Amino acid sequence: MKALHNLLEKIKPQFEKGGRLEKFYRTFEAFETFLFVGGNVTKRGSHIRDAIDMKRTMFHVVIALMPVMLFGMWNVGYQHYNAIGLEVDLIDQFLFGLIRVLPLIVVSYASGLAVEFIFATIRDHEVNEGFLVSGLLIPLVIPVTTPLWMVALATIFAVIIGKEVFGGTGMNILNPALLARAFLFFAYPSYLSGEVWIYTQVQEGQALVDGFSGATPLALLASGELQYLPSAMEMFLGNIPGSIGETSTVAVLLGALVLVATGVGSLRIMLTVVAGGLFTGLLFNLFATNPFMEIPAYYHLILGGFAFGAVFMATDPVTASQTGTGKYIYGFLIGVITVLIRVVNPAYPEGMMLAILFMNVFAPLIDHYVVQANAKRRLRRLKNAQVKLS
Amino acid sequence: MSDNTNQKKEALFSPKSMKLLANPMGKDNPITVQVLGICSVLAITVQLRTSLVMAISVVVVMGFANVIISLLRKTIPPRIRIIVMLTVIASLVILVDQVLKAFVYDVSRQLSVFVGLIITNCIIMGRLEAFALSNKPWPSFLDGVGNAAGYAWVLLAVGFFRELLGSGTLMGYQVIPNILYELGYENNGFMILPPMALITVGIIIWIHRYRDRDLIDIS
Repeated sequence: MKALHNLLEKIKPQFEKGGRLEKFYRTFEAFETFLFVGGNVTKRGSHIRDAIDMKRTMFHVVIALMPVMLFGMWNVGYQHYNAIGLEVDLIDQFLFGLIRVLPLIVVSYASGLAVEFIFATIRDHEVNEGFLVSGLLIPLVIPVTTPLWMVALATIFAVIIGKEVFGGTGMNILNPALLARAFLFFAYPSYLSGEVWIYTQVQEGQALVDGFSGATPLALLASGELQYLPSAMEMFLGNIPGSIGETSTVAVLLGALVLVATGVGSLRIMLTVVAGGLFTGLLFNLFATNPFMEIPAYYHLILGGFAFGAVFMATDPVTASQTGTGKYIYGFLIGVITVLIRVVNPAYPEGMMLAILFMNVFAPLIDHYVVQANAKRRLRRLKNAQVKLS
Repeated sequence: MSDNTNQKKEALFSPKSMKLLANPMGKDNPITVQVLGICSVLAITVQLRTSLVMAISVVVVMGFANVIISLLRKTIPPRIRIIVMLTVIASLVILVDQVLKAFVYDVSRQLSVFVGLIITNCIIMGRLEAFALSNKPWPSFLDGVGNAAGYAWVLLAVGFFRELLGSGTLMGYQVIPNILYELGYENNGFMILPPMALITVGIIIWIHRYRDRDLIDIS
């Protein structure tokens, strides 16, 4: 550690003003702050110190994502060996998943951070830690079979069009990770729907088992093949086909615990998303005309990316509503729209991504009206008080 | 702009008249600077061929409409000028539509209603109102063609990228080699959808402002 610090100190002058590598100062600075706490101190005025900064906030989310990621890796291996009818132990299943998932994560981080560094150098601002989370979220919301170049392209698109054109971290309207998924979904639909959820390329001497189907429970529901639907317990635990990180509701709940305990994720949003989903699910139960409408409302919470979206995507502090009341409206509508898209629109079996992106766009409007309503209420109170006084 | 009939005769291609032609291509571009005519950019740029036909149609309609209105400018009563302009544009659009139907029927089918909608293209109305009504025929013609060309190059640029990345073809001919597809390359289906046209125009605007810093509006 000490040696590393000395090395950084030794090469620092070259990056500072007047140095040979002045242009790359931002790159150097990013690595320095990532490895150690930056040496900059506030120079004047009184200020309150708190250990929580962006680096730490983002790191809490990364920690919260760990259960989901590890479970996702195991599930990739489990689904693969299930599909080819081989019985192997837990470690082998996990290792198989690790080998398949790690390249996706590396590519996502490399391409996204490359864009971030280029923009930081051109615009001469600090490299933010914002992408640490997005870079991990992107591989978790796509199928394991997605080609690597597509992941890179989608990440670059999301970082440039979703974030940098609006001014970088904290200024984006849409959630970058979901934007990357939406880009893949519309650009390469055949890679993001159908039989893509399980890694089925087999080696010599192996074959897929008879009657194997790689469809997700949501796809089964959309096509009405209810007899193949996994049990509620399986869907809750998560050993079902799906995007890498989204299948297990248990792992997502563990992550939610971390987010809520550290105060990074908003409990209001999580709960209202769930409430919105349940409400709409029950509403459809009343007027059920097809099997998708008849399923118990709580099924919607454990199916597909509902839990993952509610905990990790909807609560993104930048793109969600900022006001307290606004969060209730925002979360509830996400739940409602998700189930609405799932059940009513046969073209999209999953609605979480579209619902969150849609509400991301509306979040500033919701905030505006909440703030206006509050201002009006207080103005009225003031007027009433003045009348009484006079 | 005031009517300058009393000024002495200017050369046909004086620097002043060339400016009328060149300005709308760059720093006064109807699409990237004035943000007009966006709807047709979204609708007909899926292929380069349709973009090209549309671009030529608009150049023709706009050039002639400006000349005709400029010739009539002293006889048009101000209170009914809009309806006169519409009649002129509509007649020209019908002519263009008939020519398209006769010679490039398939493109005409693809453009469908958007040829007719040239009538409502705000760029044309805007130039007639702002320029042709108060200028001589020759400058009006240059202004019309210049603005139409400014519209056209953006249209062609968007059409080029959308067809190349969305379908792997240009003017209907495959340009992305098969070997790339065998290596796992896929056409980007998002480029065919309208949102991507908007984003492409956005990127063009971005590059344009990056090169011409005067256009950046910080207000």
